[in-house]
Amino acid sequence: MKRPAVGPVGSALRESGVSRRDFLGFCATLAAAYALPSSSIQAIAAALEKAPRASVIWLSFQECTGCTESLTRSNAPSVETLILEQVSLDYHHTLQAASGEAAERARDEAMQGAMGKYLLIVDGSVPLGNPGYSTIAGVSNVDMLKEAAKGAAAVIAVGSCAAYGGLPAALPNPTGAVPVSRIVTDKPVVNVPGCPPIPVVITGVLAHFLTFGTLPELDEHGRPKVFYGETIHDRCYRRPFYDQGKFAETFDDEGARRGWCLFKLGCKGPVTYNACATTKWNNGVSFPIQSGHGCLGCSEPGFWDVGPFYKALSMPVGNVKKTVGIAVAGGVAAGAAMAIANRGKKAAAKAAHAKVGVEDLEKKP
Amino acid sequence: MTCLEILTWARGPGLALALAVAVFGVLLRLVEIQALGRKPDLATPRETSPGSGWHTILSRTLPPPGMVKRAPLTYFGGYVFHIGLAVAVFGFAPHIEVIRGLFGLRWPGLPNLVVDLATIAAIVAMIAVLVGRLVDPVKRLLSGVGDWLAWTLTFVPLATGYAAFHHMTEDYTLLLAIHVLSVDLLLALLPFTKLFHVVSLVMARWYNGQMAGRKGVAA
Repeated sequence: MKRPAVGPVGSALRESGVSRRDFLGFCATLAAAYALPSSSIQAIAAALEKAPRASVIWLSFQECTGCTESLTRSNAPSVETLILEQVSLDYHHTLQAASGEAAERARDEAMQGAMGKYLLIVDGSVPLGNPGYSTIAGVSNVDMLKEAAKGAAAVIAVGSCAAYGGLPAALPNPTGAVPVSRIVTDKPVVNVPGCPPIPVVITGVLAHFLTFGTLPELDEHGRPKVFYGETIHDRCYRRPFYDQGKFAETFDDEGARRGWCLFKLGCKGPVTYNACATTKWNNGVSFPIQSGHGCLGCSEPGFWDVGPFYKALSMPVGNVKKTVGIAVAGGVAAGAAMAIANRGKKAAAKAAHAKVGVEDLEKKP
Repeated sequence: MTCLEILTWARGPGLALALAVAVFGVLLRLVEIQALGRKPDLATPRETSPGSGWHTILSRTLPPPGMVKRAPLTYFGGYVFHIGLAVAVFGFAPHIEVIRGLFGLRWPGLPNLVVDLATIAAIVAMIAVLVGRLVDPVKRLLSGVGDWLAWTLTFVPLATGYAAFHHMTEDYTLLLAIHVLSVDLLLALLPFTKLFHVVSLVMARWYNGQMAGRKGVAA
């Protein structure tokens, strides 16, 4: 990882070969994402130019490296990637050249050198069931997280595993996986969920920190509102088909070929808050729905355990038929029991009925 | 518990429980009503009104002569509400998916605009008949807890469904979960409230018509 050691972000980016045009383009994207007027683009650029290089430490726990892949495997190095990787990143055990003790020393040095100021990025969940389930250099994830979080200015939980526990925490959660926010409770934790999250969202949070010196406004799940404020469904280019009642019934029918709505195929877009439909992936090329597959809802807490992926969102989940089957038998039996009880009542009423004749009525008391 | 987890419970265990209670209650009442029986009618049936039971099922759907003028709100409100509700329940694609998930039946959904207008009409009609019931002293006197409960149980799913569709609150998922939960409640209480007419309507009309026809009264 070749990286300028010191200096403001602007000069570091120039050293990395980023043109002024690309840089302003990135600033414009940020301004749009944060709903700022176009006049603020220059202000953001100026702030970023002068912003001191932030120190970023990236810890990976129970994860699949998909979050790092998402950020680094774009077809061309983007400004986002450069800002994170080459300008700010001090420790990332997948990306850095150093290994073993040298790598861990780099982490210690970065922590000591920017105590109280560095950003801590975490991907992956933390196993509490047994510390030995996941260790780095012999240190358990939970201990490493606590140690690194002590001197951090803020913590960013990248990916659904770090944000909510993700796949490792899916039922029955064999490792006792928990999200970062369960361990770090005395520092601001920004959740950037997604499986994986969108690169510009990761760097957008970082850029916000560099530009404004604060973290963006968060929703009730700790996600930046600017990126997670609207549902995929509401920003989906297939939404007009939903409104017209036009749906793909299978993945290869006429409706699917015409690009109709994927709701019936299990798309979770209506209840998933993320920016996929607007920022898209691979430099704005596409996103899952555009590729013909419904949204899985990967940026929502516990998305593995909230119903089948390929059942429409409104469809019943679970074994309804079995429960109702028992109810049918119970209902008929209860009805029969009531019928027997009513018959008994009728018989008793009939037996208790005293016939009154004219003679009885004419009798004087 | 997150909103999505509440929604998943509502369309999973919650729905299963509600359906089980609904089926249990409906069968309990149907079997009990059927088993009550009637004393044998020894009179010779009249033959002037054959098929009176089936005819009555349809004829009671139409207003008797002059009644529309006497109670326009009751009739128009009732028609608009019932038709609007039927369009919303059976015409909205996500609702059809619920039925497909339960029974395997499916049909093409209506455009959202049509469903939307029908829902608005149903909501307005429900409010109108409620106001009519509150304003009219006779109706108010005749109304009991069961009437207010039936209205509320029906209105809440309609209103929350409409609000969810139009994202009237920031958290769509929560509103959707409330909508499904209100439907669960409606299903569970249906057999034990006046909403049971959904099931008993056809049976009761047929019986009344058939008995009237047997006695020579035209349905």
